[in-house]
Amino acid sequence: MPQARLQCLLTALAVPFLLEGCSGAILSPAGPVGSAERTILLNSLAIMLAIVIPTIVATLAFAWWFRATNKRARYLPEWAYSGRIELIVWSIPALVVFFLGGIAWLGSHDLDPARPLPSSTKPLEVDVVSLDWKWLFIYPDQGVASVNRLVAPVGIPLHLRITSATVLSVFFVPRLGSEIYAMNGMASQLNLQADEPGVFPGLAAHFSGDGFSDMNFEMHALPAADFTAWTTATRTTGPELDEASYRTLLKQTENVKPYTYSAVQAGLFDAILLQKLPPGDGPHSGRPNASVSPAREK
Amino acid sequence: MFGKLTWEAIPFDQPIPLVTSAVLIVVLTGLLLWVAVKGYIPYLWKEWITSVDHKRIGIMYCLLALVMLLRGFSDALMMRSQQALAFNAPGYLPPEHYDQIFSAHGTIMIFFVAMPFVVGLMNFAVPLQLGVRDVAFPTLNSVSFWLTAAGALLVNVSLVVGEFARTGWLPFPPLSELTYSPGVGVDYYAWSLELSGIGTLMAGINMVTTILKMRAPGMSYTRMPVFCWTSLASNLLIVAAFPILTASLAMLLLDRYVGFHFFTNEAGGNPMMFMNLIWAWGHPEVYILVLPAFGVFSEVIATFSSKPLFGYRSMVIATMAICLLSFLVWLHHFFTMGPGGDVNGFFGIMSMIIAIPTGVKLFNWLFTMYGGRVRFTSPMLWAVGFMVTFALGGMTGVLLAVPPADFVLHNSLFLVAHFHNVIIGGVLFGAFAGYTYWFPKAFGFSLDERLGKAAFWCWFVGFYVAFMPLYVLGLLGMTRRMQHYTQPEWYPWVLVAGLGALIVLTGIILQVTQLTVSIRTRAHRRELTGDPWDGRTLEWATSSPPPAYNFAVLHNVESEEPYWGMKLEARENLHLLAEPKYEAIEVPRNSPTGFITAFFAVVTGFSLIWHIWWLVVLGLVGAYATFVVLAWRDVVETTIPVEEVAREDRANRAARLDALRAAGRAKRPQAQEALA
Repeated sequence: MPQARLQCLLTALAVPFLLEGCSGAILSPAGPVGSAERTILLNSLAIMLAIVIPTIVATLAFAWWFRATNKRARYLPEWAYSGRIELIVWSIPALVVFFLGGIAWLGSHDLDPARPLPSSTKPLEVDVVSLDWKWLFIYPDQGVASVNRLVAPVGIPLHLRITSATVLSVFFVPRLGSEIYAMNGMASQLNLQADEPGVFPGLAAHFSGDGFSDMNFEMHALPAADFTAWTTATRTTGPELDEASYRTLLKQTENVKPYTYSAVQAGLFDAILLQKLPPGDGPHSGRPNASVSPAREK
Repeated sequence: MFGKLTWEAIPFDQPIPLVTSAVLIVVLTGLLLWVAVKGYIPYLWKEWITSVDHKRIGIMYCLLALVMLLRGFSDALMMRSQQALAFNAPGYLPPEHYDQIFSAHGTIMIFFVAMPFVVGLMNFAVPLQLGVRDVAFPTLNSVSFWLTAAGALLVNVSLVVGEFARTGWLPFPPLSELTYSPGVGVDYYAWSLELSGIGTLMAGINMVTTILKMRAPGMSYTRMPVFCWTSLASNLLIVAAFPILTASLAMLLLDRYVGFHFFTNEAGGNPMMFMNLIWAWGHPEVYILVLPAFGVFSEVIATFSSKPLFGYRSMVIATMAICLLSFLVWLHHFFTMGPGGDVNGFFGIMSMIIAIPTGVKLFNWLFTMYGGRVRFTSPMLWAVGFMVTFALGGMTGVLLAVPPADFVLHNSLFLVAHFHNVIIGGVLFGAFAGYTYWFPKAFGFSLDERLGKAAFWCWFVGFYVAFMPLYVLGLLGMTRRMQHYTQPEWYPWVLVAGLGALIVLTGIILQVTQLTVSIRTRAHRRELTGDPWDGRTLEWATSSPPPAYNFAVLHNVESEEPYWGMKLEARENLHLLAEPKYEAIEVPRNSPTGFITAFFAVVTGFSLIWHIWWLVVLGLVGAYATFVVLAWRDVVETTIPVEEVAREDRANRAARLDALRAAGRAKRPQAQEALA
């Protein structure tokens, strides 16, 4: 194992863009969105390296060859203009950017997070709420909810509506691709899909306060049958998510272990989204008092 | 009586800030006592604190930047060590402290290191390169500097009294609103930046006016050195962009102090508006910093290649293109807010287009070296190191401008690696190149080259060891600002990055040593001619350090490289140009206005942070009174007599003639005989 890691390390140091072999989250995607994004990332990198590497080599070569002590190098003390070179130095970056711009334009449209994924099956709807400092996943069609664990079937698109009950945050499952902001009073649309079963780490990719580092979740991609079994099992145990329990959940807590709700009050997500349920009210404790320097609850 | 301020504001329960600030207070008090005992106070007051000489102010800006670099870098070391210890562990910095550290690190490095460093270099060198006697508004210049220093002071006071912002280097609402950040940290942040931001805006207005209205006779726009061009572009951006920063922070303060709802969750506030506004300042800010650095490199590479800059007109066009385009790309900072394909596609392509003029610049520096005689002095090492590093940083920047790539890299350590790659590799390397390049001009003696080169190599290697792992960590899905983490595959890379920070630390220690050693051995490293590097632009045509009036007589500019032309002629004839006709020169009188204004600004800022309203009023009245006193001043200039001008210039001419003859003897012994 350590040897494998060392090898990985050396490969990565020599050619960072060949990291694929390592367990690189972004470079080993588990779904169509992540794969398409990886392809664009690597293609763009390759196109640019074709210019950047020769430029770096030329920089070092010119600096070395034209060193003052090299008597063989030609000295051209007045040479400061060449129309031909000017043409080339403007057109090389322009052409690269023209090419990359095309990739960016097409990619922005194809991979727009709001764009539904092509599939014969109806996507699974999940409503996501970012809280201080945990994630709430509501399954409106299944009538269940979970905290810090997103469960979804393999091979079926996921349509996520994402909002925040407090400050800005970012929903991100690196191995599935496309992160997106969670903002209070707004619903961001995100379409993802897992093509292989597994547990993928998910995280809050935007700093949101003291408990931010533990605001992680697990994305469980299960075969379709297992997903149905999970929803059935979930409905039978655990607390219910209604307005009162939501208000408790809204309080700032850290490092929350995943758990589930057996039922969800209808329209809860919309009530959060439309601010019928007020946003979280921040820290209250303080050292020495909150208006000087709030500390976390110990 | 004292608003929110009580003894409890001092973090007695937190040993790290307490001990650090105690040590700092002891050191500062010791320094002040030493200065007082040695009797340096009148000298400092007369020659520096109240000085309105652009060179002195430029030097003080750079000094402020260097001191704050130590503070900002200590924060960086704490962050790297915390992350090195915090794999499956809490580390030694709790979140409420760690969050302040990364916020302070970013704030200090951008606003109080990078900004004052480039503003300082521009202040020092631009009037000299333009061949003029001072900036357009010398007293305003002093006010600008002292307001920046006031902001820096307030940020550091937060270490001892209260807390600093825990919201990141840009305080995104609603996290920075009163609901989620009820402490004084965001107030410290906002008031410090309001003060220093106003200072920077005034510095920008001053510099734009200077470049547009005050150039040596004959210096048309197309004869200005490229550093002046990049300074013009940078300061135009300051004038256009800094009001946005001031206004956005003012709106945030209105939210926090008087219950407005610009950016709150409730009552129709819109946090996304802050994102747009702050980045409409923030992206031009990147170019405000890097354009002057590009200018430094243009000067350094031409000088040390002993050739004119390749493609001067191309460089000017590229600079001004960057200046314009920098206002059309801000949205790439939040592609992941889901603005849709058209908007993302447009801003992605605009961001890439900026890479074209930037690429042109890189190629032009390359062809400046072509056919040159490259001397590897330490400024040149910084320049070549920059070209290599910036090519990589620019590339990862364009990669982040591709929206689908940004969707997986945004906010990750890949992004952190990218902007350190361009800000360290571009701005800081440029500032260090400028610092070593103009140091002999500023002080009349040169910095130790051996230590300078060693420092360069530590920074260069340290940068790669510290930041290449962050690129990898970004690809491994690690996001920024984590106080602790549990993923084992991140751990080795975090450790390597920590090692890199230690190598950079060695570089900084070497730089401090270099400065100390050079000052102690200055008698042996005197630079008498005023032209230590065989320079090409006008700043090398006067003595080192230049007199208060810069030039005994203003030069008549007839080409792009006026001093090079004069020098060639002198070398040809083995004689200096004829002695000019000297006249008495009027220079602006020193004024304590800047210092006193800044004093009242600190008082006002501090009392606003702590809600000490009577003191706020007192501070504002004091600042206004200072202004009135200045406005009532009758005598604004003092005259330097013609004898003094002539004596100083003749001394410099004698040194130059000696050097010229020595060079001539070495090259053409027969000519020397003829001369004798």
